[in-house]
Amino acid sequence: MSTLIPSKFSRRGFLRTSTLASGGMLIGFNLFNACKPKAEMPVDISKLNYSDFNAFIKISDEGMVTIFSPNPEIGQGVKTSMPMLIAEELDVPWEHVNVVQGELDTENYTRQLAGGSQSIRLGWEPLRQTGATARQMLVNAAAARWGVDASECTASKGVITNAKGETLGYGDVVKEAAMLEIPENVGLKDPKDFTVIGQDATNVDIDKIVTGKPLFGLDYKAEGMVYASVLRPPAFGQVLESYDDTAARAVPGVIDVIKIGAKLNAIAEKNWTIQMGSSEKVVVIAKTTWQAIKGKKALQATWTDDSTLESTEYQDKKLFEILNGDEFTTKREDGDVKKAFAEADEVIERTYESPFLPHNCMEPMNFYANVTAEKVHLVGPIQTPEPTAEMVAMMLGRDLKEVKLEMTRMGGGFGRRLYSDFVMEAAEIADAIRKPVKMVSTREDDMTTGVYRPSIKYRIKAGIKNGEITSYHLKEAAINVNMYGLIPHFFPAGCIPNYKVDVGNYKSNITTGAWRAPYTNFLSFAEQSFFDEIAEITEKDPVQLRLDLLQKVKGTTDEKIQYSAERMEDVINLVVEKSGLKTPKEGVYQGFCAYYCHNTHVAQVADVVLENNQPVVKKVHVAVDCGIVVNPTGALNQIEGGIVDGVGHGMYGDFKFKEGMPESNNYNSYRLIRMKEAPEVETHFVENTLAPTGLGEPTLPPAMAAISIAITKATGGRMYKQPFIKNMPKKQVIG
Amino acid sequence: MATYNLKINGQTHSVEADDDTPLLWVLRDHLDMVGTKYGCGIGQCGACTVHVDGSATRSCLLQAAQLEGKEITTIEGLSENGDHPVQQAWKEVDVPQCGYCQAGQIMTASAFLDKNPNPNTEEIKSAMHANICRCGAYNRIHKAVAIASEKNS
Repeated sequence: MSTLIPSKFSRRGFLRTSTLASGGMLIGFNLFNACKPKAEMPVDISKLNYSDFNAFIKISDEGMVTIFSPNPEIGQGVKTSMPMLIAEELDVPWEHVNVVQGELDTENYTRQLAGGSQSIRLGWEPLRQTGATARQMLVNAAAARWGVDASECTASKGVITNAKGETLGYGDVVKEAAMLEIPENVGLKDPKDFTVIGQDATNVDIDKIVTGKPLFGLDYKAEGMVYASVLRPPAFGQVLESYDDTAARAVPGVIDVIKIGAKLNAIAEKNWTIQMGSSEKVVVIAKTTWQAIKGKKALQATWTDDSTLESTEYQDKKLFEILNGDEFTTKREDGDVKKAFAEADEVIERTYESPFLPHNCMEPMNFYANVTAEKVHLVGPIQTPEPTAEMVAMMLGRDLKEVKLEMTRMGGGFGRRLYSDFVMEAAEIADAIRKPVKMVSTREDDMTTGVYRPSIKYRIKAGIKNGEITSYHLKEAAINVNMYGLIPHFFPAGCIPNYKVDVGNYKSNITTGAWRAPYTNFLSFAEQSFFDEIAEITEKDPVQLRLDLLQKVKGTTDEKIQYSAERMEDVINLVVEKSGLKTPKEGVYQGFCAYYCHNTHVAQVADVVLENNQPVVKKVHVAVDCGIVVNPTGALNQIEGGIVDGVGHGMYGDFKFKEGMPESNNYNSYRLIRMKEAPEVETHFVENTLAPTGLGEPTLPPAMAAISIAITKATGGRMYKQPFIKNMPKKQVIG
Repeated sequence: MATYNLKINGQTHSVEADDDTPLLWVLRDHLDMVGTKYGCGIGQCGACTVHVDGSATRSCLLQAAQLEGKEITTIEGLSENGDHPVQQAWKEVDVPQCGYCQAGQIMTASAFLDKNPNPNTEEIKSAMHANICRCGAYNRIHKAVAIASEKNS
């Protein structure tokens, strides 16, 4: 029998049950709140209402389990891993579990958002508690039927067994279980007894993916649906003056040409999820996608300059003005950096630069909308369904209860689908034409009218006294928004007595936002290559330099410092051992770094070789401490993907503007990493039984650092600017 | 607007479309076969890859008018039960992350393995280089192609 351990997560009334008219038991639960007293459970499976519950589990008379997964899937695997947590404690074979994406139609869907690698971390206790409570009810029902005490019964793999060895399947007792009182404070399994968690569970949608079944937003169709293509300003800072749609209307299949923007502009400031310019836009409505795209190309529009048309040179100048000036907001300050610099034997200062980056989700932005007198129906790929539904209701002057938002699988997110501009457009179009409509962006629309990771510059200054780093001053110059949350308190905060983080920004009309591992995706490169350079200058071993610094933060009582020196040491030691860093191979140049972000500790070593005198990234060794690994195959996929993504954008990602217009608009002018450039990734996990943390982001930031350091070892030159391919030091060939 | 008779997955479909409509949109909008994906529209990403007379081809660059008399295979018709060796390998390796590009990857891999059943590592990399996976699942794509080639032989 499993050892049950008491749960820290104890709270009354987060779960309700009902018996389904069609047979089986339905469990509704709220992940982070108690259910409302009046919350009623449906008895018809087609009428799952999410107004009072944010997810449901159905157990059929046959014992099959359907989990209506509460979190949007963007490729990070939570549609698989979160239901695994329920299945573990419910104690059903994973093969008996079917997962359905839940839909959204109310204000009460708590944290139905994919972002920040938080889904698993936040769901860890409540999802297991839900499964455990449901299992206990089934056991109680079986015990009642047998007339024995529930403590004499055990449940495993969907079967309940009593002391005499008699058995009942879950399906046999669901009707009785649904009627029982819901037990409180049910214990959770000891991690050593896990049978689902820690086992490979293949992507739940894999059969559909490999056979091309409709799954994504772009695949969704409805009766009578038309298509819309939106003409947005060609340059950031421009607004629509006038347009001529004569030629567009002559394109076969074009149904209508309309103007949108007024309704959205009226509410655009209301929520952070809306990132878009204030111009009105021209929309071509047609019978097919191709006809809509052709119609848009035939539009003649005139645009007026409304604010500065920024070029990359302008942005660089503004960012350097911030770095060179003295108007900063201080995010953390320990000791006195100024005094420490004055007393230092040596002061090292370096500046690091990054370009804008588009997200480039493979599935371009699109959304379905149908607005009628009764309801607003929205279907598509969005990471923030809750605020999006609220904003649509506000924009159209509708009651939120009339808005029904269904999420599809998403062809990539990377932060782009946190922003709902494309949903708002679809809703405004549907409201105007009163037909079911799918707004489809072309790749060019997607890349040139997107939301971007902004260009950022860091200047880092360190003071060395008697061979020790005694002071560290990081300055951030960013566009629109600066680093957030606990980032200023990440390593090396707490390791250096005199420490300061200063930030400044300027406001740009270019829409900017989160991009996979916001801020850390570039900060990691700046900080970690800076430490590597300090190690070189001070003639220290770069690994030892990190380990020595980490000693100083041990035992800190600063609650803002959430990285763990011990866990960092574990990943460092593991990657050093597995990568052969101490036993270098001829012709292989290795770059080491260690980084903590999104609650996960990671260390990496990149292997670079020279081919035709050009550095080539061959392999990345990675050690990860993400606590308990819920789904190893999914975890490995995230780790490998994050590293390849980091290598790709560090090496090639570049996005420039000329007078407000992006200079790249498709994959012939924007380089993404491809098969031949992708390094082999070798992953090692630190084994422990700590609560799991996310993996969607944490391996990306250190990859950029590791490869830059390895390239430095190979070429002898340092890089301070991304993309590396355009700022690569030449190998000094002697003789 | 003209009527075209296209042979797709062994069946002839009569389609009314504008002369310049790419096969991609004929499949997706006219025939409701949405497994073939739109990624870039200019033949750079490979998400829309189909087989035309057995060769991996970008359906975004082909017009319906060019295709009469050709045998077109899409992801929906690669195998009857989703059990083509490449599809099996994709499942075995658990390749997809977001999954959007995978139909195109599978179509490229299956046409490649038909012509080169026992490729080496470099040949696999070259064959798959033109298909972008934004999630960066290249390690697994490579492994799945190698496993599929073993299943073939």
